[in-house]
Amino acid sequence: MQAGQTSIDASEVAKFEAMAAEWWDPTGKFKPLHMMNPVRLDYITTQIAGEFDRDLASPRPFEGLRLLDIGCGGGLLSEPMARLGATVVGADAAERNIPVARIHAEQSGLPIDYRHTTAEAIAEAGEEFDVVLNMEVVEHVAEPSAFLSTCSSLLRSGGLHICSTINRNPKSWAVAIFGAEQVMRWLPRGTHVWSKFITPDELYDLLSGAGLKPVDRKGFVFDPLGWSWSISSRDLSVNYVTAALKP
Amino acid sequence: MPHLDNGAGGRIFAVMEHASDILIVGGGLNGPVLALALAGAGFGVTVIDALPAPVRHAPGFDGRGYALALASQRLLDAVGLWDPLDDDAQPILEIRVTDGNAGQGPGPFWMGFDHAEIEEGPMGFMVEDRHLRAAVMDALDRTPQITQLSGRQVVSQEVGPAGVTVTLDDGSTLTGRLLIGADGRNSGTGARAGIRRIAWSYDQTALVAAIGHTLPHNGTAHQFFMPEGPLAILPLTGNRSSIVWSTSTKAARTLSVLDDDAFLAALRPRFGDFLGDLSLAGARFSYPLGLSVAYDFVAPRVALVGDSAHGMHPIAGQGLNVGLRDVAALAEVLTDANRRGEDMASIDVLERYQQWRRFDAVSLAMATDGFNRLFSNDNPLLRMGRDLGMGLVQSLPGLRRNFIREAAGLSGALPRLMQGQPL
Repeated sequence: MQAGQTSIDASEVAKFEAMAAEWWDPTGKFKPLHMMNPVRLDYITTQIAGEFDRDLASPRPFEGLRLLDIGCGGGLLSEPMARLGATVVGADAAERNIPVARIHAEQSGLPIDYRHTTAEAIAEAGEEFDVVLNMEVVEHVAEPSAFLSTCSSLLRSGGLHICSTINRNPKSWAVAIFGAEQVMRWLPRGTHVWSKFITPDELYDLLSGAGLKPVDRKGFVFDPLGWSWSISSRDLSVNYVTAALKP
Repeated sequence: MPHLDNGAGGRIFAVMEHASDILIVGGGLNGPVLALALAGAGFGVTVIDALPAPVRHAPGFDGRGYALALASQRLLDAVGLWDPLDDDAQPILEIRVTDGNAGQGPGPFWMGFDHAEIEEGPMGFMVEDRHLRAAVMDALDRTPQITQLSGRQVVSQEVGPAGVTVTLDDGSTLTGRLLIGADGRNSGTGARAGIRRIAWSYDQTALVAAIGHTLPHNGTAHQFFMPEGPLAILPLTGNRSSIVWSTSTKAARTLSVLDDDAFLAALRPRFGDFLGDLSLAGARFSYPLGLSVAYDFVAPRVALVGDSAHGMHPIAGQGLNVGLRDVAALAEVLTDANRRGEDMASIDVLERYQQWRRFDAVSLAMATDGFNRLFSNDNPLLRMGRDLGMGLVQSLPGLRRNFIREAAGLSGALPRLMQGQPL
């Protein structure tokens, strides 16, 4: 990829910049991410612990692992990973997210390397990671297949790539766009473009095409009665997550 | 273990700042059990208690005991407290609830709950205060991740973005990530965090004593409902039972100045003669009864457990059991959050604990209030209603099993430590 070329649509970056200061308010605009964060973390920590043979009940179980959080935003995933001992690089294409994330990490006493950069620029510099987190990003990029190839090139052999996104079907339009953006106003209108959503099978194909070996996929399911998220092996109809290994 | 309740310890702390993951204010029962559960999950904990250590190590049997529901017993087992208690604990095999009338003894209407109707085991255990307290103190002393500060009062607390700082009455300061109030109905921790509470008194006083009797109790706990308040007779080991006799504060004042013989003479017609001759087997205590509930169980970097969140009427013997359920739930929420790398003291994590416990605890506090009002009177219509209700429960095995599971503390969303699972 040419220097200066990034994976992110310019219009998408602007949307997130406008929201950056709100990142760490659990009742603010990023409330849905805060609500979803426990299940995202449950999935990520379980996958990392399984792949790298770590005991989550021990202190700082991810010590020694180098982790890249793509689209780190305010640091909702970077901070937990650093707290668990990982050496974390948080990258975001939206410039305003970086000072927000840095200030918060400093307050929390967590050493995190936050950078206003793109996955492509880091890959070009030849950096490698044990884990790449690619959460709720792929539905916002211009070229998913090129982007996933970049993610793959960022991993060491034996490295783990975790990618979550939103399925593309009538239900996901009803829930993620009509429900979350228009009815609940959880997300600003226009946050998501339905045609950019990817089905689990398409994502598996894209991952394989990028030189990764998909090993697991699960659904993140919102229960409106319990008002909470859970992980499901069967229901991948809206939000879902995949794990893939670099051979 | 760093047992720093002497003068030298105090002086060291006056010049040193001390850091732990979690600071617990209150060294009664809920605070230390929570400290043990959290230490077991890998947290460093400091327990601050206003009483000096020797006062907490009570010597002989003083007549006080606790009815521990089966779920509470499992929690104590999980934190290593049950082994030393097992030999001195009396299993509760049956519970009988009877509508009584002063001067006539137990009435003809009753409900009976037998542990054989559920498969888990006894509904609970009676444990004497002296045994439980000694086991707790020994376990704290043996646990290197727990620091005890006895005879120290918290004078102020300050919450920052990443931690909380507490100043003690000797001028020393402690820092932690989370501050827990296990400091009772008048929780200073809650008040300093700006948590408001609602409280009222019942104009009832509980008289507590251990009674010796000539006939065996066969592990049966009795609850007699009298117009002036309920009388609970709870089986201790041997031919002894613990009584909790709730009565009007005016009557209690008269009863508490009686000598032992006169007290027994007043008790006999209410207790009845089904356990033979009665004698006193320990000292007599009296506790004024009231309800006190905190509007919130959590604030930024602060959580309340036990009576500091909800002090209730002892009518169902649930005070300690509800507190231990808070303890097990909070330990689980904090451990899970910590293992997924979350800031365990952030308000969204603490609200998970509040969401889990507040409705349950406050409804139980209100239910004990309602039960007390329903049963502590002689209105003939209410009496007929509750007698019919008891007859109905007695004739419906399904409903009865629900009551038994409720009494054993097995209903609702049970924390892992109360299911016999590790954190």
